[in-house]
Amino acid sequence: MNALKKLVDKVKPNFQKGGKLEKFHSVFDGFETFLFVPNTTSKHGTHIHDAIDSKRTMVMVIIALLPALFFGMYNTGYQHFLAIGQQVSFIDTFIYGFLSVLPLIIVAYGVGLGIEFIVAQIKGHEIQEGFLVSGMLIPLIIPIDTPLWMVAVATAFAVIFAKEVFGGTGMNIFNVALVTRAFLFFAYPTFMSGDTVWVRTADTFGIGSGTIVDGYSGATVLGQVATAATEQVKLLNTIGNPIGFIDGFLGFIPGSIGETSTLAILIGAFILLITRIASWKTMFSVFAGGALMALIFNMWGPDTAAAHFPWYNHLVFGGFAFGAVFMATDPVTSARTETGKWIYGALIGAMAIIIRVLNPGYPEGMMLAILLMNIFAPLIDYYVVDANIKRRLKRAKTN
Amino acid sequence: MSKLISEKTKEVFLGPLSKNNPITVQVLGICSALAVTSKLEPALVMGISVTIIVAFSNVIISLIRNTIPNRIRIIVQLVVVAALVTVVSEILKAYAYDVSVQLSVYIGLIITNCILMGRLEAFAMSNKPWESFVDGLGNGFGYAWILVAVAFVRELLGSGSLLGFKVIPQSVYDAGYMNNGLMMMPPMALIIVACIIWIHRARNKDLQEK
Repeated sequence: MNALKKLVDKVKPNFQKGGKLEKFHSVFDGFETFLFVPNTTSKHGTHIHDAIDSKRTMVMVIIALLPALFFGMYNTGYQHFLAIGQQVSFIDTFIYGFLSVLPLIIVAYGVGLGIEFIVAQIKGHEIQEGFLVSGMLIPLIIPIDTPLWMVAVATAFAVIFAKEVFGGTGMNIFNVALVTRAFLFFAYPTFMSGDTVWVRTADTFGIGSGTIVDGYSGATVLGQVATAATEQVKLLNTIGNPIGFIDGFLGFIPGSIGETSTLAILIGAFILLITRIASWKTMFSVFAGGALMALIFNMWGPDTAAAHFPWYNHLVFGGFAFGAVFMATDPVTSARTETGKWIYGALIGAMAIIIRVLNPGYPEGMMLAILLMNIFAPLIDYYVVDANIKRRLKRAKTN
Repeated sequence: MSKLISEKTKEVFLGPLSKNNPITVQVLGICSALAVTSKLEPALVMGISVTIIVAFSNVIISLIRNTIPNRIRIIVQLVVVAALVTVVSEILKAYAYDVSVQLSVYIGLIITNCILMGRLEAFAMSNKPWESFVDGLGNGFGYAWILVAVAFVRELLGSGSLLGFKVIPQSVYDAGYMNNGLMMMPPMALIIVACIIWIHRARNKDLQEK
């Protein structure tokens, strides 16, 4: 650590005013404050200082994402070898998944951070760290077989139009990672939905080539539910074996990379809650709202498989848990008042289930539900604050 | 001849093309800009139709501007516009049926296009016929070139073609390229118009609001 500090101090003069590389001072600042807590404090005005700044908040979210990421890598390999009917060791499975997922992460980070650096350089800002989390979320919410150039185009679109035009990190209305996914979903629907994109059947860098076994189907659980002809649907995994609630909870099913395992997501949720980075109110109310809405459909819904999909299954299959834990709790785009968080979360959960059940075109509703509620978050806050003002005015008058 | 292209007339014609563009500066006529720009051909036809209608309704209103009773002027303007729209619509149906089917209700809806009423009220009611004609042409072209620019991007990226001809070679598709489905949806037209406004204002600093 000391050697690193010495190195940073040694190259520092180059980036300060008058130095050779003055132009790149924002890049340097970004790296320096990322590595070390700055030793300066503000000298004017009143400041509330917190031990945790936004860079370290972001790092904590990344740590919380790791269980889902590693499980997603393993599951990518697991589904692949299941599909081609080969038995391989744990390590080989993981390596296959790791090599498949890694390019997506590199592309998402490379494009997103590249744009951030360029914008910071043009505007003379410091580099904003907001993309650290978005760049990790993007690969986790897309199918494994998404072509890399699509990821690059969508990431560039989302960073420019969902974030930079609004003023950068902390100013965006929509969750950047979800805008990336929405762009992919509407621009290239054949790569974002259907039965063939969720399990990688081709080899990765020459590893794991083979032919697909008989009875293979790459449909996700929600895809099976959406296309089911009968009211009661029998859920099947990649090679046609029946699955149930516990498989959805553990996550050995096809789906977007990071969303399949509710268990891994809950470990991440635990990290976020114990460090108080995410709001338990938002998280809890998303699950509560979703469960309630699903229960209502279970009892009085139309005669479709989606409406009669048990409420507990709705919570563990698809992107529901991932969205609730990592997307709905995004501090920038969610409601900020405490009462507002309850309303915001509950409406996300309810909307997600409504979209899943009532719109056969969208087997998964979490992305659209969160983006929709992102728009309403400021409105919810406005009325919560307004109600508070009215209540206190009334109290002041009666006394 | 010097009277025909005086400085003022020139300004009347050139203003709407850039500094006073009906779409990017006045933000009028956005509806049709979103609706008809998924392909280049309908956008082109729409642009020409609006140009013709706005130019000639400007002339007609300008000719009778002193005889229109002030209290019913909007009705008179609407009658003139509606008559011209009907003529254009019939001509399209007779000579370019496919395009008129693609444009469907949007030709008829030119009646409600804000640019027309705006020009009639703001210009033709208080200017001579020749200047009104030039003003109509300028605004029509100003509207048309934005439509064509938006449609160019949308058709190129959304369908890989221009005016119906494939311009992106098959080898690019074979390499894994795909048409962008989002480009065919109206939201993308809004974003492209926004980009044009963005570039336009970045180049004309005097248009930027404080």
